[in-house]
Amino acid sequence: MHPAPSVILFTTLSGLGFGLLAFLGLGMPGSTGWVAFAFFAIAYGLAVGGLLASTFHLGHPERALKAFTQWRSSWLSREAWVSVAALLVMGLYGAGRVFLGAHWAPLGLLGAALSLATVLTTSMIYTQLKTVPRWNTALTPILFLAFSLAGGALLAGQIDIARVLLAVAAAAQLAWWVRGDGAFEKSGTTLASATGLGPIGTPRAFEPPHTGPNYLTREMIFVVGRAHAKLLRLVAAILAFAAPLVLLSLPFSHGLAALAVLGHLAGIFVSRWLFFAEAEHVVGLYYGKR
Amino acid sequence: MTLLPDRTEKKLGLVIDLDTCVGCHACVVSCKGWNTENYGAPLSDQDPYGADPSGTFLNRVHSYEVQPETGPAQLIHFPKSCLHCDDAPCVTVCPTGASYKRVEDGIVLVNEADCIGCGLCAWACPYGAREMDAAEKVMKKCTLCVDRIYNDNLPEEDRVPACVRTCPSGARHFGDLGDPDSDVSQLVAARGGMDLMPELGTKPVNKYLPPRPKDGLDRDIDVLAPWLAPVAEDPKGFLGWLDRALGKIDGKTTGGR
Repeated sequence: MHPAPSVILFTTLSGLGFGLLAFLGLGMPGSTGWVAFAFFAIAYGLAVGGLLASTFHLGHPERALKAFTQWRSSWLSREAWVSVAALLVMGLYGAGRVFLGAHWAPLGLLGAALSLATVLTTSMIYTQLKTVPRWNTALTPILFLAFSLAGGALLAGQIDIARVLLAVAAAAQLAWWVRGDGAFEKSGTTLASATGLGPIGTPRAFEPPHTGPNYLTREMIFVVGRAHAKLLRLVAAILAFAAPLVLLSLPFSHGLAALAVLGHLAGIFVSRWLFFAEAEHVVGLYYGKR
Repeated sequence: MTLLPDRTEKKLGLVIDLDTCVGCHACVVSCKGWNTENYGAPLSDQDPYGADPSGTFLNRVHSYEVQPETGPAQLIHFPKSCLHCDDAPCVTVCPTGASYKRVEDGIVLVNEADCIGCGLCAWACPYGAREMDAAEKVMKKCTLCVDRIYNDNLPEEDRVPACVRTCPSGARHFGDLGDPDSDVSQLVAARGGMDLMPELGTKPVNKYLPPRPKDGLDRDIDVLAPWLAPVAEDPKGFLGWLDRALGKIDGKTTGGR
C-alpha cells in the first residue's frame, strides 16, 4: 500500500496524543493549573494535529462532516464520532483540572476510555480489510493500542508503567511482523483464485491492461523500500523501544526523557511507514505483482 | 446509506465469457466514452499525449497465460469491472453514505456529491473496481450504465451497458442474475459460471464463464503426407557451383548432403 505521509502522520501523532489523554484522564499525572495545561496542550496538539493531517489525504475535505453519518457500518465514521467525543469529554475534564483544580474522576475515566476507543476505531479501519491480509488480524488493534499506551505513558512521565508498556509494545510489534510475513500466503488468495483459471493450469500475468501505471497500481502496489524492510524494522525497534528503555534506566533527567520521547516517536514513524509500505493488497495479483 | 440491503429485488449484472473474449479492448473504449459523456464526473486522463499517460477507467482488460500440465499454454483475455457484489465491502466501509447498493436492482453506485475522496472503498475492493479520479477527486466505478439500461430515450437494443452493446464477439451478457430463469442465469448454469476470489466472501453478482477445454491433435495432420515426396533438389549450374564453392568455406551444402 502507498504510504501516504498524511496518514502516517495522522495515525502516529494522534495515537500518541490519545495515549497521553488516556493517562491524563486516569489522573496520571494528576497535576493541576499550568502544569496540567502544558500536558493537555501537548496531548491536544498531537491528537488534533493528527486528525487535521488526516484530512489532507481527502479528495474533498470540505465534505468531511458527512463522515459522521454512517457510524452503523463504517469504522471510519465511528472514528469520527469517538474522536470528537473523546476530545470534548477530555476538554471538559481538562478545564476542570487546569482552571478549577478539580478532579472529576468519572469524567476522566470516561475520557480515557473514549481516547483508547478512538485508537481502536483507527486500527479497525485497517483491520477490517480482508483485501490486505497483513492487516486483517486481531493483532493490528493490539499493536495500535500498545503503541498508543506506551507512547502515552512515556509522555505522561509514568516511567515505571512506560517501561512495562514499551516491552509489551515491542512484543506486539514482533508478533505482528512475524505473523504478517506469512499472512498473504495463508490467506489463500492467489492469481488462480483471483481469475478462476486455476482448474485449467497455472496462470501468469501476461499483459497488463495498459502500458502505464494507474490509480490502483500507484495506491495498492507500492514496492519502493520493501527491499530495506528488514533494516528498517531494526531501526524502528531500536528507536521506538530499545532506546527509550535504555534511556529510562539511566538516572532521570528531563533531557534524557525528551530524548526517549523523540526516539520513540521517530521509531513509531518508521514502524508506521513499514505498516503501509509492506502491506500487500490482493489486487496486485491481477497485475502479477505483490 | 452504507448498510447493505438484506436482499435486492433484482441482481442486475454481467456474465463475461472468457472463452469468447478476443481481448480487443472495445468494451474499455466504449465504457470510457459513455461514462465520460454522461452520468457523473468525466473519466479524466492525466498527461494523455505525454511521456507518462494515465487515466481513470471503469473497465480494464488484463491478459493471462495459463499453462496446463500438458500441452501448450493458453492466452486468456480477462475484462474486469465492478462485480456489484451482494456483500460489497466497498459499501460498508464508506463513512459518508456516498457508496450504496440499490435495493431495486442491486447496482452498487457512488453518489459523487457525498464522496469525500478518502479512498477507503478502493482499498476494501479486492478486484480493483474502484478508481479515484485524479481531476475530480471522487471515486469512480462501473454504474452498469444505469443511465442507459432504464433510458427510454434510447432505442430498445441500446438499453444495455455500453460494454455489452459494443462487444464484437458477444463475450459480454447483461441480465438479472437473481432470476434463475433469465438468459444470463441459464448461461451461467450451462457453462459453469464462477466467482472471482470466492474465498473473500464478497458474493459477486457478475459471473465469469471459464474457457472451454482446447481440443488436442493426437494423430498425423495430413493423411496424404506419406505420398508426398520431400523436396530436396540438388542445385545445378551456376547455383550448383556457388553452393559447392561456399560449402568449401562453411562446410554446409544445400540439399542435405
